[in-house]
Amino acid sequence: MANEDATFETFDAEAVNAKHKRTLYAARQKIHPKRASGWFRSLKWWIMAITLGVYYLTPWLRWDRGAHAPDQAVLLDMANRRFYFFFIEIWPHEFFFVAGMLVMAGIGLFLVTSTVGRAWCGYTCPQTVWVDLFLVVERFFEGDRNARIKLDAAPWNFDKIWKRVSKHAVWLLIAVSTGGAWIFYFADAPTLAKQFLTGQAHPVAYTTVAVLTATTYIFGGLMREQVCTYMCPWPRVQAAMLDEHSLVVTYNDWRGEPRSKHAKKAAAAGEMVGDCVDCNACVAVCPMGIDIRDGQQLECITCALCIDACDSVMEKLEREKGLISYTTLANYNRNMELATGGVPGAAIDPSRVHTPGGGIVSKVSRFHLSDVMRPRTMIYTAIYAVLGLGLLTALAMRTDLDVNVLADRNPQFVKLSDGSIRNGYQLKILNKTANPREFLVTLRGLRGADLRLDGSDLDQGRLGQVTVEADQLRNVRTFVTMPPELAASGRQDFTFVVTPLDGGRSSSEGATFEAP
Amino acid sequence: MSDKEIDKVSGVETTGHEWDGIKELNNPLPRWWLWTFYATIVFAVGYMAYYPAIPLIEGSTMGMSGETNRSVLQAELKAADEAKAGLVSRIETSSLQDIRTTDELFRFAVAGGQSLYKVNCSQCHGSGAQGAPGYPNLNDDDWLWGGDLEAIYHTIKHGVRNGTADARDSMMPAFGEGILEAPQIVQVANYVMQLSGQEHDAAAASTGKELFAENCAACHGEDGKGGRDFGAPNLADQLWLYGGTVDKVAAQISKPKHGVMPAWGQKLDEAEVKQLTVYVHSLGGGEQAAATQ
Repeated sequence: MANEDATFETFDAEAVNAKHKRTLYAARQKIHPKRASGWFRSLKWWIMAITLGVYYLTPWLRWDRGAHAPDQAVLLDMANRRFYFFFIEIWPHEFFFVAGMLVMAGIGLFLVTSTVGRAWCGYTCPQTVWVDLFLVVERFFEGDRNARIKLDAAPWNFDKIWKRVSKHAVWLLIAVSTGGAWIFYFADAPTLAKQFLTGQAHPVAYTTVAVLTATTYIFGGLMREQVCTYMCPWPRVQAAMLDEHSLVVTYNDWRGEPRSKHAKKAAAAGEMVGDCVDCNACVAVCPMGIDIRDGQQLECITCALCIDACDSVMEKLEREKGLISYTTLANYNRNMELATGGVPGAAIDPSRVHTPGGGIVSKVSRFHLSDVMRPRTMIYTAIYAVLGLGLLTALAMRTDLDVNVLADRNPQFVKLSDGSIRNGYQLKILNKTANPREFLVTLRGLRGADLRLDGSDLDQGRLGQVTVEADQLRNVRTFVTMPPELAASGRQDFTFVVTPLDGGRSSSEGATFEAP
Repeated sequence: MSDKEIDKVSGVETTGHEWDGIKELNNPLPRWWLWTFYATIVFAVGYMAYYPAIPLIEGSTMGMSGETNRSVLQAELKAADEAKAGLVSRIETSSLQDIRTTDELFRFAVAGGQSLYKVNCSQCHGSGAQGAPGYPNLNDDDWLWGGDLEAIYHTIKHGVRNGTADARDSMMPAFGEGILEAPQIVQVANYVMQLSGQEHDAAAASTGKELFAENCAACHGEDGKGGRDFGAPNLADQLWLYGGTVDKVAAQISKPKHGVMPAWGQKLDEAEVKQLTVYVHSLGGGEQAAATQ
């Protein structure tokens, strides 16, 4: 659509998901987001490159752990119940590390959301990232917004078929490699890749890839914004975590209204109008099919592309940027009050917020860092830091040797022919190093007791000595015998001490000797 | 049929149903819901054709798969048996000593032996193998018929006093029935108490010592330490199968009880007897083969 100023482009775009247009039971109307460019778009390209890079490449990183452990940097070894993360190795009983990180992720989400709104949705959610990637492919084959709208309406000729087939083929390729990358986190990547391509891999691997291929293709290519609007619970949860001091993508109608396509004509006529020239650029770039000028709405994932679109128009018009911007509700309300003269429901008077030269009066409230530094965010930060420090401390204090003792319950003790009393224990020794180690088991606090370890490789000559394979738990049947005169004193508490013969730190575990 | 009624407020067709002036609108179902619904119908047709589905007077249609809960269970049991087959056959052909010293076989034998024990042995010997009066404790180091692998194997396989050819067999005479007088039995009992270092009547014991040498030492030995070749219990230790007081010992001398154990080799196969042997041996009282006489 032409405009008399010709300094900026006006789009014939409508917000297909705008509230007043939405009817139930209607089929989805396709959205053709235009490519945006600007600061936020660049940020999103970077985030996309980093997140996708991390996702696809991580399983291929190697990390040398010696001959007895896998050399994959990040590996969820379900079969052997180990989780490897670079220099960290987590055993099942240390799952609290993972649980703690999940709690931290949750608190982190609270912190981010209460500060900068639905940043997770707009920048890092896999749905957003993959839809962005799929849109890049779509634009490559079918062109930008207008070309795509034209192609949709065009009859099925060779050109259309070729473009569609290519687009869907590349989408499927991306979807397959997305599903493919996932399985490499659970097995040695190079081995599994070879098995997978030669048809030797486990059916679970093929099923997983098939399911993830289907979800990636359907969610990223076909369903897109519907996943966020209709399927995802986050928009509701995250919206509940916002308050009036959270930064959200906002159309500042106190300076934009009354909007006018004919700003120059109005100026010539001596009328004062708002900054919004109603070019619809913000609507054209929106991947969610909404008009940000309708106010906050649940569909908005705060991807900030409308800010880029609007800023570039404001730049051309030589007006101050930020007609659409990250703004807190508190600032917005103050500025709105300024623009309407404090009368609720009154029309916006542009002269209250604009200088005669078209600038903005200095009285308007702007964002200050203090807006986000408030008790709520401080508390989230503190919890986050405490959890993080706690986990780091636990990690630093993590031992490579653990000992557990399980006393026999049935029978609790056995009387031997010479009248002495014997107790049986399951002594569990966890060797968490990547090498086989030899340990010496001794008793502390049980004078006169005799210790015997039982096992297929343990004979009389090696009393108290036991080898545990690399990265394994060994369950050693252990007998402690007390002569009759010493056993007569009844129950006694004592300690098993397990000392590595290679000079490492020893570990001990309390136990009780039961006697009649 | 011909005249569709359109609701004025919503502009939607009604179904024609009316309750107290309230009319039901005929909104279409969401399409995803409708397609899911159709898909479930298609799925159900296939499901009914493939699996047993339609009940008949007797039984039901079997479906193309012919699958039942029973056949699934049988397939799972068969798979479990097949998974064990390798180890079981190795246990069958390996010597007991090899099973004891090969980690893989040892762990399998102890686990398998434990479950066999729970099913077949725990009724008499107790769930923790701790025994009961008349039923030996298998955890301790007091063995009537020997505590090395071979001896335990023989006892389990052939049993005790059950009348089969290779069963462990011994018989203590009832000394109260015409061999010794009642006071003499009490004297012998007092001597037995002295042998095991317990409270006793010294005068009775010294008379009992002579009676013991004449009547008991042939089987239980001069020192009362018993003999495993003929299952004579050690009387000089602290463990008593039928109780260790003067009364109980005297009762056992007067009219002894004799425990019986089935020949498990008739019910269990070779590999099972071997697993049980290794399990019992591992309970804590197992002896080295060289340590037996």
